[in-house]
Amino acid sequence: MSLEYYLILSALLFTIGVIGVLVRRNAIIIFMCIELMLNAANLAFVAISRNLGTAEGQLFVFFVMAVAAAEVAIGLAIIVSVFKHRETINVDEVNSLKG
Amino acid sequence: MTADQILFFIFGGVSLIGAIAVISFRHPIYSALSLIVTFFSQAGLFVLLGAHFVAAVQVIVYAGAIMVLFLFVIMLLNLGTLSAKGVLTGKLKGIAIVLGILFAAQGIYIAVNALTDTEVGSPEAIERAADLATNPIETYDIGILLFRDYLLPFEVTSLILLAALIGVIVLVKRENRVEN
Repeated sequence: MSLEYYLILSALLFTIGVIGVLVRRNAIIIFMCIELMLNAANLAFVAISRNLGTAEGQLFVFFVMAVAAAEVAIGLAIIVSVFKHRETINVDEVNSLKG
Repeated sequence: MTADQILFFIFGGVSLIGAIAVISFRHPIYSALSLIVTFFSQAGLFVLLGAHFVAAVQVIVYAGAIMVLFLFVIMLLNLGTLSAKGVLTGKLKGIAIVLGILFAAQGIYIAVNALTDTEVGSPEAIERAADLATNPIETYDIGILLFRDYLLPFEVTSLILLAALIGVIVLVKRENRVEN
């Protein structure tokens, strides 16, 4: 399977993630779409690494995963505390810095 | 078509369908379950690319740990009843979809064209990639790279995780108000 197919698939998955962030207003689903984008980037990393014949691309996938895990933990903690204060996680209604 | 191509289209198609399902379901739990489908089929794509360890970590960390965290928060906050107005409507949605299609076109253009005249097509890379068929990248090779050549980024990653840990504890800690 040639590299272009993997990169096109990666671009499509990334785009679906972007559309999700633009269209959805539920903070949790926006977070899932961010995960989708990170995963699309991982797919591109591994595909290019395979075609270069090196292992570095696979290595960077692990760094991306560590960052994703940290980001999800922080983000969900923020969502939980926003929900405690305001009883909603609709990002259109959460529009002031002051709790 | 070879078996590799058939498997690519199966896994790729399932991951695209799962991704579209993530952004179309109204209830967050269904979205989370579709995201797990996407992650699993991406693990299949990683296996096709010869990255077996990445595939295993994908299933364990993404489909396991991260998605359990998502489902836990969705169920903890009982969000199903709140998500009725979860989607943009009317004109804004149209604009978002048009922009999305443009974005996809750009991405595909880059995917097809950006790698010409780079190292990807060079004779050494082709030779190394052909060598992978008999001599695949194993967990051992990744470990050597990670703990020798990329030791500093590895340690910085552990700092990121530590910062995230402290941040989460501070964020969800119950506030102890001092009564004066």
